[in-house]
Amino acid sequence: MSFFAVLPKYLPDLAHGLWLTIALTLIAAALGFLLSVPLVLALLYTKGIPRMLARLFITLVRGTPLLVQLFFIYYGIPALGIRIQPFNAALIGFILNSAAYQAEYLKGGFMAISSEQMEAAYSIGLSKWQAVRVVIFPQAFRFAIPALSNEIIYLVKYTSVAYVIQVPELLSQAKFFASDTFFHLQIYFLIGVVYLLLIWVVSKLSDMLEHKLHIPGFDIAHLR
Amino acid sequence: MLESVIYILTNIPLLMKGVWMAVQITVLSVLLGMVIGIAVAFLRIYGSKNMRRLVSFYEWVFRGIPQLVLLFIVYFGLPGIGINLSPFLCVVIGLGLCSSAYQAQIYRGAILSIGSEQMEAGLSLGLSKTRTLFYVILPQAVRLSLPGFTNEFTIVLKDSPLAYAVGIAEILKYGRDLIVSSFRPFEIYLAAALIYFVLFQLFYYLFKAIASRYQVPGYIISGE
Repeated sequence: MSFFAVLPKYLPDLAHGLWLTIALTLIAAALGFLLSVPLVLALLYTKGIPRMLARLFITLVRGTPLLVQLFFIYYGIPALGIRIQPFNAALIGFILNSAAYQAEYLKGGFMAISSEQMEAAYSIGLSKWQAVRVVIFPQAFRFAIPALSNEIIYLVKYTSVAYVIQVPELLSQAKFFASDTFFHLQIYFLIGVVYLLLIWVVSKLSDMLEHKLHIPGFDIAHLR
Repeated sequence: MLESVIYILTNIPLLMKGVWMAVQITVLSVLLGMVIGIAVAFLRIYGSKNMRRLVSFYEWVFRGIPQLVLLFIVYFGLPGIGINLSPFLCVVIGLGLCSSAYQAQIYRGAILSIGSEQMEAGLSLGLSKTRTLFYVILPQAVRLSLPGFTNEFTIVLKDSPLAYAVGIAEILKYGRDLIVSSFRPFEIYLAAALIYFVLFQLFYYLFKAIASRYQVPGYIISGE
């Protein structure tokens, strides 16, 4: 039997794997972003303990391999009596990672906004948090879009690591397929192309978002 | 709690057996990536139009395919067409190819950020094109690419535990062996994370020291 003769039978499984890969990416990117905002605010606009904790969190997450973190969450934490499903374990790992990296990229966006703008906001009577919310953040976010989209591309790629803790995502399904049919090279090649397509879509979406949020006169490309 | 700490501390030496393997994989993968990356960077800048297209396609592919998928193509796929490599070599090739695409971008950025006037200045002094490249452009480009290189090195270090997926005896594998006998995954994986964290910091500060050692006074490296 040729590769393309057996492939249709396994397509539903592979499609399910693809769906899990996309779900992992989207949820981790969205929740990671929500977490990254307080992280970056703590890093830049607070002093003492909140700032220290944010720094510590980012350093620890960025300083250890993703695979080790996933092993710790999936195999380590249940030893304390909390059961975690593979998908949820992977999701927790990806959210924490994504939050740490997105915070770092957002920070770059914040740093690109000159400090006079903060002073200008104070001078028209805004409080610190009002200034951050309505003046600084909208600009910082626009600055950070390219870096943030890069982070989502990394996320698409790193969801494949979830294979190691038995999440039935795209790579795992390919592995099942290969074990059944022995078409190793063909199937890994095929899903390699699928990952490339996913990443192409992400970069196109990011370009669209950048274009949509573009403010005439506020030229991001020029300032960067 | 205290008992757990003692358990972690007594088991770190056993996990340390895997450190040498992790370092070997990282250093060799980065070196392979460096050799290909430099070639790709030069071809992308100085190559013919078709060559430039070809190498930018190469960069796009190897930046987009997940490391683990690439590793599986090499490890499970290549034997299907008669190429049998040791697991260790597979990991180095997989991580190295992926890293080469990223390193190519780092070197290209560094070379391009040195103004073309310097090439003209070199030629006007009677140096040949290759000599200008070697004595004028390269010493600056290497310094400029150090921050990006450091970053890439730590990324490869954090990807090196993926070797676990093809059965290589590195830190996670030794951890797994310990867990089979003691059933204490929480402490063991915490210890593994700690070891990687220390390794990460060690290499990070090593490269930082190298960068400041070779800094030319008055010649400010942007991005530092």
